[in-house]
Amino acid sequence: MKQTSEHFQDSARAALARTEARERMDILGLFMPAMRDAAVAEVDFEALREHVKRVKDHTLDNLEHYLRQFEEQVVMNGGHVHWARDAAELNATVLDICRAAEARRVGKGKSMITEETGLTEHLEKAGLLVTETDLGEYIVQIAGEPPSHIVGPAFHKSEQEIRELFLDQHKLGRRQLEDPPAMVAEAREVLRERFLSADVGIIGSNALIAETGQTMLVTNEGNGDLVSTLPRVHIVCASIEKLMPRPEDALAQIRLLARSAIGTAVTAYTSFYSGPRRAEDLDGPEQYHVVLLDNRRTEILGSNYQDMLACMRCGACLTHCPVYIGAGGHAYGWVYPGPMGSVLTPLLTGLEEASELPNACTSCGRCEEVCPAGIPLPDLLRDLRADETRAKITPARWRWGMKLHGWLARMPGLYQALTGTAIAVLSRLGRRSGGFRRLPMAGGWTQVRDFPTPQGDSFMRQWKRRNKEAGNG
Amino acid sequence: MSRDHKPHVGFFVSCLADLFRPSVAFGAIELLEAAGCQVEVPEAQTCCGQPGYNSGAVDDARPLAQRVIEAFAGFPYVVAPSGSCAGMIKHHYPKLFAEYPEWHARATDLAQRTWEVTSFLVEVMDYAPTVSPLQGRKVTYHDSCAGLRELGIKQQPRKLLERAGVELAEMQATEVCCGFGGTFCAKMPDLSEKMVDDKLNNALDTGAGVLLGGDLGCLLNIAGRARRRDSQLEVRHVVEVLADELAGPAIGEGER
Repeated sequence: MKQTSEHFQDSARAALARTEARERMDILGLFMPAMRDAAVAEVDFEALREHVKRVKDHTLDNLEHYLRQFEEQVVMNGGHVHWARDAAELNATVLDICRAAEARRVGKGKSMITEETGLTEHLEKAGLLVTETDLGEYIVQIAGEPPSHIVGPAFHKSEQEIRELFLDQHKLGRRQLEDPPAMVAEAREVLRERFLSADVGIIGSNALIAETGQTMLVTNEGNGDLVSTLPRVHIVCASIEKLMPRPEDALAQIRLLARSAIGTAVTAYTSFYSGPRRAEDLDGPEQYHVVLLDNRRTEILGSNYQDMLACMRCGACLTHCPVYIGAGGHAYGWVYPGPMGSVLTPLLTGLEEASELPNACTSCGRCEEVCPAGIPLPDLLRDLRADETRAKITPARWRWGMKLHGWLARMPGLYQALTGTAIAVLSRLGRRSGGFRRLPMAGGWTQVRDFPTPQGDSFMRQWKRRNKEAGNG
Repeated sequence: MSRDHKPHVGFFVSCLADLFRPSVAFGAIELLEAAGCQVEVPEAQTCCGQPGYNSGAVDDARPLAQRVIEAFAGFPYVVAPSGSCAGMIKHHYPKLFAEYPEWHARATDLAQRTWEVTSFLVEVMDYAPTVSPLQGRKVTYHDSCAGLRELGIKQQPRKLLERAGVELAEMQATEVCCGFGGTFCAKMPDLSEKMVDDKLNNALDTGAGVLLGGDLGCLLNIAGRARRRDSQLEVRHVVEVLADELAGPAIGEGER
């Protein structure tokens, strides 16, 4: 997918101007946190988060060991493991598997990793018919749009937009599609045929389990199971940090994941995939492949940003972030939006291309508060801003402004004399009006709000004067 | 009680109170003294370093933090009328010196002595302010992010207001950011506008005529937006109410 993160502010401005879509986002920003908060209240969130964090830290610290164990187990179960250093390698590997199986039709479950690599486009260019089978993913696929949220890809679309899309794209004659159940029924009808005719099924994974070689997937529609069991070839695409030592670790994570993502105790379907059909099995795929993606994750490992690899992709930080709710998911210009995306995108695609994203943050801390993986997102975003300053990506006027402020504030006497004078002038000029509609060098501030007039002389001036008088008197 | 037994407080003014709202600093000192503290204001103080720290200019922030650590050495308590400055000192100074062991120890020591004013008045001094002239008026409260999430400040200002007879009409999403975010508001004004409008609308929906908060950054933002929208909402720091520093205009209001 072509990255447009550098236009974040323009895209956000355009999103803010679309009143209806903005109002839907506002509802999302109230509804999802309320659901999440209620679901999380059922468990000892802090204890669970601490437990899962320790498991995850341990796994990341011993990643090579567990990856080796996972590979051995997959092979023992009759599957194949493929290693992909980057997006191109993953796409090529999957295409090779499809070609070797003489596949023409591919059914896909929801997978952020394949969004990251642009797999669908790659397979389509090679002549394969690829169908997204998660309803939200299917909607954005036929709309020709990227997902706007990592859990709810079509959160940005209205009921009416989806209705018009279905009426236009499904050649099924005259019909009403009067309500969402009718639309879901139609999608199910269309997708059923795709499930049955798919030669290859591709899914993502919420956890790779080293001890058993299983891959775990949670869905609410059961589409993951259909694309995994019906086609001849089953491919799981996952990034290496999804690894967990034991099945019980993955289950502990689910208790946080489902609650944080959609405000339910569990998802409707939780599946563990173990490999191809065995001799005694009645059905199942003939081939089972796991493609493991690195794509710069080994660079993050051991760096200041390693905590980010604990992210379980629940999306709680998105709907809790007032910047995401205002800007919308597409403004972030790549696969991952919101706070987690603002950390991950620069790390995976380069700081320069994504330099706006770490600045799209007020350090309000709500993301960190709700993150089930305990990732210090505001700290990581601040560290990225520091990297931008060091790399001189931050605009010069900001860098020099901060330098000047830092230099001046180091000298209390000079600082107090200069600011005291400036404040005295401003307070006299703005005494009657109470504020300034415009001020030199404060354009970002005064574009949307007045600059309140300082009360009078600075505190320090008044304090010193008072002490002097008291001393003399 | 003899003077020697009074808790000795070093007062951190905060640059915004110093420059924009001295009544907040005077009010806080008055409250601390009324609560029985001996208050000193070290003159060698300017800014806690937050603007640089948050916008990535860490190397410009570190020397400022060192000045603060030095200026406030020896005070058993350091109190600031701002959750974000107190949060900077308590929460972020130790991180700022993670790779400088000697300064890290001094930063950690200062962090343990530092308080935001409403939490200090409630948790350390168990202070009860006198009844406020705002009693009977409809007042709402904005929870500033740094104070709320870094220092757990939520009930402390409410407790003080309750003791002063002020009843709060809580707004929806009071814990959601107002869109200030330090340099964020100037770097991304359109998104900031949306957020401050949400805040203002939620405040006005309560029917309150007064909005209080504990951080001047947020309050200047909210008041500045309220003035731009010609809203009559009166915006003040909670300390001004508790110390009865209500004679002058509210934030962003002209002289009457």
